[in-house]
This record gives sequence, C-alpha cells and structure tokens, in this order.
Amino acid sequence: MKNNPSQSYWKSNIRILVALLAIWFVASFGFGILWSDALDEIRIGGFKLGFWFAQQGSIYIFVLLIFVYVFLMNRLDKKYHKEMSADSEEQ
Amino acid sequence: MSTQELTYIFVGLSFALYIAIAIWSRAKSTSDFYVAGKGVHPIANGMATAADWMSAASFISMAGLIAFMGKDGSVYLMGWTGGYVLLALLLAPYLRKFGQFTVPDFIGTRYYSKAARLVAVVCLIFVSFTYVAGQMRGVGIVFSRFLEVDINSGVIIGMGIVFFYAVLGGMKGITYTQVAQYCVLIFAYLVPAIFISILMTGNPIPQLGFGDTLVDSSTYLLDKLDKVTTELGFLAYTENSKSTIDVFCITAALMFGTAGLPHVIVRFFTVPSVRDARKSAGYALVFIALLYTTAPAVGAFARMNFIDSIQDQQYSNAPAWFKNWESIGLIAWNDKNADGVIHYSAGNAFEDKRPQFIDKAGDSGQRLTSNPADNSNKNEIYIDKDIMVLANPEIAKLPGWVIALVAAGGLAAALSTAAGLLLVISSSISHDLLKKTFKPNISEKQELFYARCAAAVAIIIAGLFGIYPPGFVAQVVAFAFGLAAATIFPALLLGIFSKSMNKEGAIAGMISGLIFTSSYIIYFKFINPVSDNATYWVGGISPEGIGFIGMLINFIVAIFISRFYPNPPQEVSKMIEMIRRP
Repeated sequence: MKNNPSQSYWKSNIRILVALLAIWFVASFGFGILWSDALDEIRIGGFKLGFWFAQQGSIYIFVLLIFVYVFLMNRLDKKYHKEMSADSEEQ
Repeated sequence: MSTQELTYIFVGLSFALYIAIAIWSRAKSTSDFYVAGKGVHPIANGMATAADWMSAASFISMAGLIAFMGKDGSVYLMGWTGGYVLLALLLAPYLRKFGQFTVPDFIGTRYYSKAARLVAVVCLIFVSFTYVAGQMRGVGIVFSRFLEVDINSGVIIGMGIVFFYAVLGGMKGITYTQVAQYCVLIFAYLVPAIFISILMTGNPIPQLGFGDTLVDSSTYLLDKLDKVTTELGFLAYTENSKSTIDVFCITAALMFGTAGLPHVIVRFFTVPSVRDARKSAGYALVFIALLYTTAPAVGAFARMNFIDSIQDQQYSNAPAWFKNWESIGLIAWNDKNADGVIHYSAGNAFEDKRPQFIDKAGDSGQRLTSNPADNSNKNEIYIDKDIMVLANPEIAKLPGWVIALVAAGGLAAALSTAAGLLLVISSSISHDLLKKTFKPNISEKQELFYARCAAAVAIIIAGLFGIYPPGFVAQVVAFAFGLAAATIFPALLLGIFSKSMNKEGAIAGMISGLIFTSSYIIYFKFINPVSDNATYWVGGISPEGIGFIGMLINFIVAIFISRFYPNPPQEVSKMIEMIRRP
C-alpha cells in the first residue's frame, strides 16, 4: 500500500509546527527571558538587546511566524488536494 | 470647547455608531447569534478578535503596569501576544474544521461525555465572569474621571449599550461593533503615543522613539530613565526584579492561558473556512501587536514624564491632573516632612496598600488619609497604576481633544471585551447547558430566545459587579489565566493531537489541573496573603505563574490515566481524522 496522502499531510503539518514553535520558544523564552541578561550586553541604539527582545522583538517574530505558517499550510493544502484528486482519478 | 464637552461629543458619537451597527446587523438565527453565520471576513474577524482581546486591562492598565515594573512588565507583553502563535498553529484551524458553536461543544463531543462538557462549562463561566468584572471597573473609572458622572450611572449606561447590541445582534452584532471599536481604540491609543514620542525624542514612531535620544540632549531615553530610577532607589528600569524562573512561569501561564480562553477561541468559529481561521489569527495578532508594541513605549514615556513633572514641586504649584486624580482618590500625597514639597522615590507613602481618605485637608490643601505613614522611606506619593494611560496626555500637556479621544478609546476597549465575554457566557448556558444537556428538545427559535435571556441576565450580573466591585478582582485575574492554561488548553491540545486520549484521561487531567492551580492561588491570595512573596512560594513560582505548572500536571495525569482505559470509540477517531484533514 502506498503512503496515504492524509498521513503524509499530517506528518508534514507536524514538521512545520515543530519548526515554527522552536523559533517561537527561542524568540520569547530564550532571547526575552533565559538569555536576556547576556544579550543586554549588546546595544542597538538606545536599546539593550535582551530588553528589546522582551518588549518588542518577540512580538514582531510572533506576527511573522503566523504568516509564515499560513503560507506553508496553504502550499501544503494545495499539494494535498492535488494528490487526492490524482488518487481518485486512478481508481 | 472645554475638554469635558469634547469628551461628551466623542463618547456620544462612538456610542451612536455602535448602536447603528447593531441595528444594521441583527441576528436572525442561532448560527447568526453564536458564530455570526460563519460569514465574517478574516480581516474583519482579526479586528474584532483584537478588540475582543484588548480589554480595559490592555488599554488602560498595561502601559501603567509596565511604567512601574520596567523590564518585569515584559511578562504581559510576551504572554498576551505569544499565545496567539499557539492558537493559530495548534488550535484555531482544527476547531474551525470541527465546525460547531462553542468550546464545550468540542470537549463534549471529542470526549464523548456530558461530564467533560460540564467541567468545561464551569471553567468557562468562571473565567468569563472574572474577566467581565474587570471591564466594569474600567468603565467606571473612565466615566467618573472624564464625564463626571458617578460610577454607578456610568456602569448602567455602559451596560445599556452592551445590552442593546449583544442581546439584539448576538455574535453578528458584536463582531461588527467590535470592528468599529477596534478602530476607535487603536486610534485613541496611537495618537497620544505619537504626540508624546515627538515631544520627548523627536521620533514620530513610538516603537523606535523610546530607544532614541531625548530631544534636548544626546542621552538615550532609556539610559536617563535607568539613571533616574536608580537614583530614586528603584531598580534600574531595564532590569528584572523578579527571578528568571518566575518570569518564565508567568509568561508561560499567560501564553497558554490566552490560547485556552474561550472568548478568544470562539472568534475563530465565525470565519467561513479553515484557511480563513489561520489567516484571521495572523491579522488578529497584527492588530494586537500594534497596541502591544506601543505600550512599552508609552510606559517608558509616562514614567519619565511623571517623575519630571511632580518631583520636588511645591504642592501648591502641582499640575492640574495631579489634583484631579487626587480628588477621585487614585493619587494621594502624604507630606511626611511637612515641607509642602512633593517627593517621589521607592517605598510606600503609608502603610496599607490603599489610601483611606478622611474629610480633611492638610496644610497645603491636600487630601488627608487615615493611614499611618510608612517612615522607613522618604516617598510621599501613592499612585494607582491604572491611571497612567488616561493621565498621560494630560501629563504631557496634549490638547483637549486627545484627552477626549482617550476616554472614548478606553470605553471602546472595555465594552468590546465585555460584550464578547457575555456572548460566551450566554451561548454556554443556552447551547451547552440547555440544548445539549438538559433540554435537548427545544426548537432553534426557543434556543435563540434562551440565548437572549441568558445574555440579558449575564449583563445584569456584570453590571452588579461594576456597581458593587468585589474586592478580589485583581486577585482573581491570575485565576482566569491559570485555569484556562491548566484545564481548557491541555484538553483541547490532546483532543486534537492524540488519538488515544480518552475521556477518563482528559477528565482526570482537567480536574487535577483545576484543583492544583486553584488551591495554590487560593492559599496565597485568600487564606494566607501575608506569605504571598518569594520566600514562601514553592520553587520561587508566584501564584500568577502557577497555571503553567498546573498545565504540566494536567498533561502528565491525563496521559498516565488514559493508559488504563480503552481507546475512544470509532466515531471519535473518525472525527479526529476529519478535523486533521484540510
């Protein structure tokens, strides 16, 4: 039996989730909290970098992440629908 | 025109707009009433979600909290935005695919159990009422300060407006009024922020301005603020005072709590498709981020301006805003050294947290309090953090129409959130309790009638909370997020991502999360509030952050218990497969 499109769709979905959530974690809990004091040594203009991530940067990254997710999922959905219709034509 | 008249005009116009929209978008079916007929455009839904989400706390209190907490305030900024990533990636698309009306609907069906549905309804009603009570305080503050109406009439007017469009329009009416309310509130938030940013740093973008140099020198604003706050005995503005573990847990509890809040989740049931649900989460966060990235700038400006404008001033020369807020009891001055000069620094002005005013004026004409002075420090100022955003335009001496705009914005924020919550409460009563549990035979028309009645009753209860504010509102906010994180979020996540999670596991998980989190919070907030500090907290985790641990416990218990019971029935596995397909 060949790989079912629904299963491979779900697997790709999980891969996308894990990758994006890893970035989510690093940007907020990592840069904003755990390594924030170390990043504070670096300055950009008037901002200490750790402080900037905690109050600004993490939020911009969150917004970006959702739109990247929307883009990747739309592409994945299209691929899935193509495979599904190809499957039904074979039958 | 006076500021007062302008405020009446702005608030009046905005209210007229909301009512007009409500009449235009009346609900005709239960689907209109619960989920706006599932026909809301993702951008409109994004705005409505943003208005629904940004409450009186976000609009009025948050920048003030940040102003006085400095870097510690980041927990709110990251916590209340990061949850949307979880929502967009882990919950919204699947719940939309499931295609029912409410969050308990999903939990009841997925865990094939009325008991699970009931646990979800109880958590949901508790969380929602906690939240509504906070909105009513916001409405009361705005009315009493800017319209000089007493708080009770203010609350009644506010409730009247919400009653009108929530009962009449249901989700449809609420959604379109929220779109209008978002526009009002974001405009009202950005205009003063931009003005103040230009005045202080010459940079018109507040997000960049607070990292810029001050207008009249080459010193960076944040450096000056660090220097001034340290000199006054506070911790430097850009340093954390809370421990890393506590900051971590609070942020996590707020994030997972946000993703588990029913009034936010239900917004994603209103869009036409799964694709739109994802997109709409993205738009919602853009609209939210606009305010949330401005708030820390407003906080930094406000702290700086506040210190500059009152420090070492004669009370007799104190600015008008200082005396206005003093007259309604949210600022107090305790002249410890009797020199007639205001001194602000670290520490409490007097013992007990809140001032108890007596009907007497001091030597300089200030309002006196019956609280004993706290002589361990030199600080003479008590200030309620909630007033910073509202007072900020006055402190920065902005024109009257900006101040009027802020009043209208504060009301928009409070009313939009209150309406969204009331709808969640009413739908969980008419749909989950009546239709799905106790009276399955009622017709759609009857269900709609019950939904309207439930909304009306909920509004009256919320109004009573506003008129007789329970003293515990501030304490229970931790509860709302902690419970959402420790009960609803894991049940939803496991329901979607684990096919073997059965009802025994899920219910055991929810109950253990509920009991653990609420006992920890009740102990430190109600039974033994004296010991509510880092020395006594288990592992250094404050009650605000304990929801995160509650959530971990929920996951562990649910997964462990589910091993001992059979897998969910066939039709549930089919349903899980269905929601996973695009």
